Amino acid sequence: MEAVAIPPFERLYSETSDEIWRYLVRLLGRQAAEDAFQETFLRALRAYPKLAHGRQLRAWVYTIATRVAVDERRRRSPAGSVPELGSDDVRPAYAELEHLSTDLPAKERAAVVLRYGYDLTYADIAAALGSTEAAARQAASSGVRRLRRRIS
Amino acid sequence: MSVPTHLDRAFRDRAAAAGELDVAYELTDSPIGELLVAATTRGVCRISFDPEGTELDWLARAYGARVLRSPRPVERARRQLDEYFEQKRREFDLSVDLAAVPEFQRLVLEELQRVPYGATNTYGGLAARIGKPRAARAVGGALNRNPVPIVVPCHRIVGASGSLVGYAGGLARKEQLLALEGTLLG
Repeated sequence: MEAVAIPPFERLYSETSDEIWRYLVRLLGRQAAEDAFQETFLRALRAYPKLAHGRQLRAWVYTIATRVAVDERRRRSPAGSVPELGSDDVRPAYAELEHLSTDLPAKERAAVVLRYGYDLTYADIAAALGSTEAAARQAASSGVRRLRRRIS
Repeated sequence: MSVPTHLDRAFRDRAAAAGELDVAYELTDSPIGELLVAATTRGVCRISFDPEGTELDWLARAYGARVLRSPRPVERARRQLDEYFEQKRREFDLSVDLAAVPEFQRLVLEELQRVPYGATNTYGGLAARIGKPRAARAVGGALNRNPVPIVVPCHRIVGASGSLVGYAGGLARKEQLLALEGTLLG
C-alpha cells in the first residue's frame, strides 16, 4: 500500500477538533467533555510519533476519544450501571446501541456502535478495527442481524 | 458548534507545557508582512515570510510531525521581533535551533550572527570569515536557505558593489530591514 505521510499535527487537530468536541459533548455532557477533549488530543499527541502512516487519522482520533469517554463514564459509575448522559444533545441511538450490543462479539459490537452510533464510514471503521472495509461492513451487518433476532 | 476558544487555547498551552511538541509556532504581524515564528525546545527554528505555504510540512519533516500552533513557547521571540521593528531592540536575545541545517550552512549562519545591527558585509567577506574565501557563491546559497531570517541577519549581507543582490523573502523586504537598521540611506 502506498505510504501516506503523517501530516503536521496542527492539520489533524484543526480538521477534527470541532467534530471531536461535539462528539464528546454528546457522550459526556459539556462539562466533562472539556477534560475529555484535552485528554483525547494529548493522548493523540503522545502516540503520534509512533504512527506508521498517515491513513485514517480521523478514525484513529475517534477511537481515542471513544476510549477516553468510556473511561470517563466508567469512572463516573463504578458499579457498571448504564451511566446517564449529561446533555440534551444526546443521541439515544448511541446509548441504546451500546447497551443492547454488549454481548455481541467484540468486532461486531464495535462495528455496529461506530457505524450507527457514531456515524463513521466503513473506511474509518476498518481503520479503527484494523481490518478491511469489506470486513467492517460484514461485521456491522451481521451484528445488526444478531441484534434484530434478539430484539424480535 | 466549534471548540470553545478557551478550551482550544488551554489544549495548545498544555500540549507545549507537557513537552509533547516537536515544534510550536504562532503567526505574528510585522511591518514586512505576517510572519510565522516557530520554535523547538532548543530555540527558534523558523521564521517564515510565507505562513500560508508549505511551512508546516517542512517543519514536520525537519523536526518531527508534532507541529502545533501554540503561542506561549514563541512569545519571547515575537516580543523581541516587535521591539526590533519598533527600533527598540538591536540584538536578539534568543536561542536559535539550527539542528536541521547542514554543517556548512550552519557554519555560515553562525558566523553571520556576528555581523552587527547597522552593519553589512559581503558574500565574499563572510566566506573569508569562515576561512573559505572562494566560497562566496556557496555562502550565497546558504544564506538563501536561512531558516531563521531577521534573527539570523542574512539581510546584512550584500554584493561587493553594495547592491542588495538577493533575499529569500524578496528584495523589498531586505531593503526595508536595512533601512530600519539605518544602513540604507533613503
